[in-house]
Amino acid sequence: MTFVLRRLGSAVPVVLGITLVAFLLIHAIPGDPATTILFGANASTEQIAALRTQLGLDRPLLTQYLDFLSQLIHGDLGTSYLTSNSVAHELLSRAPSTIVLAVAAIVVAVVVGVPLGLAAGARPGTVLDQVARGVSFLGVAIPYFFLALLLVLLLSVRLDWLPAIDDGTPKGLILPAVSLGWGYAAILTRLVRGRIIEEYRSEYVRSARARGCGEWRVLLAHALRNSSIPAITTIGLQFGNILTGAAITEVIFGRAGLGSFLATSISNKNIPVVQGAIVVIGIGYVLINLVVDLVVGAVDPRTRLAGAR
Amino acid sequence: MTVPLLAGARPAVRARGGLGRLVPVITVVFFLVLLLAPGLLSRTGPIDTTDAFLSPPSAGHWFGTDQLGRDVLSRTVFGARPVLAASLLGVVVAVVAGVALGVAAGTAPRWLNAVLMRVVDVLLALPVLLIALILIATAGSGVRSIVIALGVAFTPGFARVVESSVRKLRTAEYVQAAEVFGSTALRTSVRHLLPNLMTEVVVLASSAVGWAVLTASTLSFLGLGVQLPQPDWGSDLAAGATSLATSWWLATFPGLAITVTILLANFSGDQLMTLLDPREGVRLKQSLPRLLGRRPARAVHPGTTTDPVPTVEKEAAS
Repeated sequence: MTFVLRRLGSAVPVVLGITLVAFLLIHAIPGDPATTILFGANASTEQIAALRTQLGLDRPLLTQYLDFLSQLIHGDLGTSYLTSNSVAHELLSRAPSTIVLAVAAIVVAVVVGVPLGLAAGARPGTVLDQVARGVSFLGVAIPYFFLALLLVLLLSVRLDWLPAIDDGTPKGLILPAVSLGWGYAAILTRLVRGRIIEEYRSEYVRSARARGCGEWRVLLAHALRNSSIPAITTIGLQFGNILTGAAITEVIFGRAGLGSFLATSISNKNIPVVQGAIVVIGIGYVLINLVVDLVVGAVDPRTRLAGAR
Repeated sequence: MTVPLLAGARPAVRARGGLGRLVPVITVVFFLVLLLAPGLLSRTGPIDTTDAFLSPPSAGHWFGTDQLGRDVLSRTVFGARPVLAASLLGVVVAVVAGVALGVAAGTAPRWLNAVLMRVVDVLLALPVLLIALILIATAGSGVRSIVIALGVAFTPGFARVVESSVRKLRTAEYVQAAEVFGSTALRTSVRHLLPNLMTEVVVLASSAVGWAVLTASTLSFLGLGVQLPQPDWGSDLAAGATSLATSWWLATFPGLAITVTILLANFSGDQLMTLLDPREGVRLKQSLPRLLGRRPARAVHPGTTTDPVPTVEKEAAS
């Protein structure tokens, strides 16, 4: 229980910090936000001043930040400069598609990476191991946007098996998920392979074998189980990168989602949207890693002590 | 970024000397040529036009030509500079800032350490690409912004690793002895802590280069790098992507160039890690002869260390 509380406690300052970063963004971007909204030159000084008052930009920074926080707690992320819609609504309506892609990529990574890493780690030095090493080296090195193009060229343009543009069908999800997931499959392959090799040298595996455990049981029930914790932690830590990767993959495949929305918002200096995205992605990352740590802590009590000083 | 990077990249079976040891050298030479003298690899300039439009790879143009008749080989060779320069400089910025922040936090009083590390935690909670995009939104696009963005985005990873090493090192007997004898915080940091952090930092930095190249080319793929018509792997790849079905060579060669670069960087990182594995506590100085190939790499079995390694460091690294 103290572990849960300590872990929750350490998440609070991080969440506050993320909101602070998001809040300060409006002041970091060159140019006055009010001028940006009114497209500068044509607006009179009075109009700009009025908008500044309306946006609350003329008040002290601390007051503004506390307001920002209290709105946030009520689920209000502000309104988009361009459409006057609520940012929370705009983000939420687009987020599911991006999350589906990110989860699909994680599924690809696990389905490809874990068996490959297991096979390679159980028999290091064999042909299969060499193949796994080659795949993982290439997988990490190929940028996902380049892999996406190669897959489209081969499977859509040449062979016409899969759609090049994501049309929202499950079939259209295959290419984006594979392009994005492949790199993480490579990371998982290397991780699981290394762990399995280490686990095979450990005392408990030797004693399991001495008790007459079958090879499969040693691999799946003992070695894999102990290797799964770092694998889960890694996916948790990579979640933010997977999410931004999903956003870019969406743009390549013409899939509607957070990606293109965020990209246009950044180039239009539509600050409330960017602020909202920072808060949502940052807090999402913190929550996912909180859950990962709690799950790992429940599975493996030893890790509960890791953070204690 | 660092934790999975380090955990995932650590080779379980050690590379066996031989040709593999040359890879870091080849990589450095390759990078230097691309950065300083790309003209060696290509006769034509990257923005010279010929009258062969969109010709597929041939003896005259090994990588083909684009819509304006520019040689793709030349553009690929010259397009390395922005991506490579930005990623290498970005990693240097991140190493300097990260080590400084990590050592400062590791030696600071507890409250200051808590403040600094919470800042690091916040930055670590934001994806590298998002940090980079935000910084570019505020600072404008271009290679200089990419360097700053990479530097800021990779700093927390270095800071986090260095800080935890410093905290462990500070309990080492020789560090405590130095403090007892009146060594100032600065002197302890420079004379005792930094040399022991070097291996770890070198290993981390070499594996960060691959990520930096990936991030830099992603940013230029999004059109945030150099301005056209200057060559750049990312933007050339994006430009070629639109005519993928008719002229595959436009996007493929810049893409392959990025892939080969990351491959070389990662492989060199692995080689360095094998040579300088921090878990063995081998000091950078002791390992340098081995890096240059003067001593054969010894067979390493887990748990046995033949080098005269100070025990403190082994504890620190475990």
